Amino acid sequence: MSDEDEIILSELDDEELVQQMFDDLYDGLKEEIEEGVNILLEREWAPYRILTEALVGGMTIVGKDFRDGILFVPEVLLAANAMKGGMAILKPLLAETGAPRVGKMVIGTVKGDIHDIGKNLVGMMMEGAGFEVVDLGINNAVESYLEALESEQPDILGMSALLTTTMPYMKVVIDTMVEQGIRDDYVVLVGGAPLNEEFGKAIGADAYCRDAAVAVETAKEFMARKHNQAAAG
Amino acid sequence: MTNLLSKLLADRDWLMADGATGTTLFNMGLSSGDAPELWNVDHPDRIAKLYQGAVDAGSDIFLTNSFGGTRARLKLHGAQDRAFELSKLAAEIGREVADKAGRPVVVAGSVGPTGEIMVPMGSLTHESAVEMFHEQAEGLKAGGVDVLWVETISAAEEFKAFAEAAKLADMPWCGTMSFDTAGRTMMGFTSADMAAMAEKLDPQPLAFGANCGVGASDLLRTVLGFRASGTEIPFIAKGNAGIPKYHDGHIHYDGTPELMAKYAVLARDAGAKIIGGCCGTQTDHLRAMKAALEETPRGPAPTLDQIASQIGGFSSDSDGTGDDAPAARRPRRRARG
Repeated sequence: MSDEDEIILSELDDEELVQQMFDDLYDGLKEEIEEGVNILLEREWAPYRILTEALVGGMTIVGKDFRDGILFVPEVLLAANAMKGGMAILKPLLAETGAPRVGKMVIGTVKGDIHDIGKNLVGMMMEGAGFEVVDLGINNAVESYLEALESEQPDILGMSALLTTTMPYMKVVIDTMVEQGIRDDYVVLVGGAPLNEEFGKAIGADAYCRDAAVAVETAKEFMARKHNQAAAG
Repeated sequence: MTNLLSKLLADRDWLMADGATGTTLFNMGLSSGDAPELWNVDHPDRIAKLYQGAVDAGSDIFLTNSFGGTRARLKLHGAQDRAFELSKLAAEIGREVADKAGRPVVVAGSVGPTGEIMVPMGSLTHESAVEMFHEQAEGLKAGGVDVLWVETISAAEEFKAFAEAAKLADMPWCGTMSFDTAGRTMMGFTSADMAAMAEKLDPQPLAFGANCGVGASDLLRTVLGFRASGTEIPFIAKGNAGIPKYHDGHIHYDGTPELMAKYAVLARDAGAKIIGGCCGTQTDHLRAMKAALEETPRGPAPTLDQIASQIGGFSSDSDGTGDDAPAARRPRRRARG
């Protein structure tokens, strides 16, 4: 590339800069995203506005193209990594400024299953959408989920499984929640390659999410419903 | 190299592989979340029964109970130091079943993905992937498999690492990837990409192909993609028997034996040389597949429309091959310098 093609982020006006950050997120350019976030902070954008308009806006495009089979896991991992760079700058500032929180999610891969690619994507995309995410990692027994629900008090429980040998374990967790009378205190979302919507329903989850983008959309929907119910009640 | 699989590939018009391992073991009482590989020690009789089921249903090839047998996967069950032993046992049980079958039956040493993402996106290096695969390959070899068989792979890098491990173990090998995301692997790899990769690998696989994924129709589209590449390496079709449903505490795949019989014939006509099933494919399915393959004369390669009308539609409009691959929705504003 010649020097003429060089884009100086600080020379772009706000609107152009945000558009450029969308492109840079799409291309997974972490340093450029960090620089963009810092420039917007210097221009006295509120941290929450940077999160929603620049980062979440950009990740929404990534999420849609992932959902539609245009982008695949490697590109999304790179994009999420770039977003994480920006989030690392914003996180402490968001806490200071008391920015609104969309919701909280506890997420983990079920017992016997090592696969965390999809789960990590969901976690990153959820953070990108403004959720607080507590990641329990892989190989979670029912006890580990229940402890986290107790200590973290999330709005949403997310479970992931990639194997036909582990997906039934999700039902074990949900059944235990029912036994303990806490099932309805949480929105339960499930995902993983071998699953489908009917399976999600059959095991008693609130929804099956085909991919990370759908997980974010579904989580937002449930949060909106929850707020509406609270308002109505 | 002379080995049983090469010989059968040369002698026969098609070969039938086996069906599901996980689904079958569940039906025998495996608990969700437990390691199937530990049954090679704890319940060798059930593993022998699993293999015998495939042999009795007419399979020419069956895969060993060692899918999760890499160190990375066994670690989850605190069994990471038993990778060699558990794979060797899986192979030995298989060898015994195959040797008394009364006809040539290939014991294929199954190896699944490590479950980790390779560099630069993840932390698994090429060297450690090769090392883990090699360790398991040596166990399978010591147990007497005829061929190594890596399956359900998503990343090209991991597939290549396996080829290198097969070379180190000095064993012939086959490999399949799982095309489960809009007709591509999770990592975006297309059927055309895989065929091109297989041509270039050293050693070349005896056969390559697709397993698992989303339903039998998608899998056949992938096979047509291999065919379009013009490769002369034989290819493998191991599709799922429909999609999983939950019934009374059990996972049940909704594909009937009749559907899988149609799928098997379509797979052969599409150019697959080794035809089997994956998740949900039980011995009833295998029997129906074998009968259909024997009784139905070979026809021309089916079109996508014919596949859709016979066994159902596809999960996505495109599979990323040819000219109709979906393009990025956003026009790029400009390239960065």
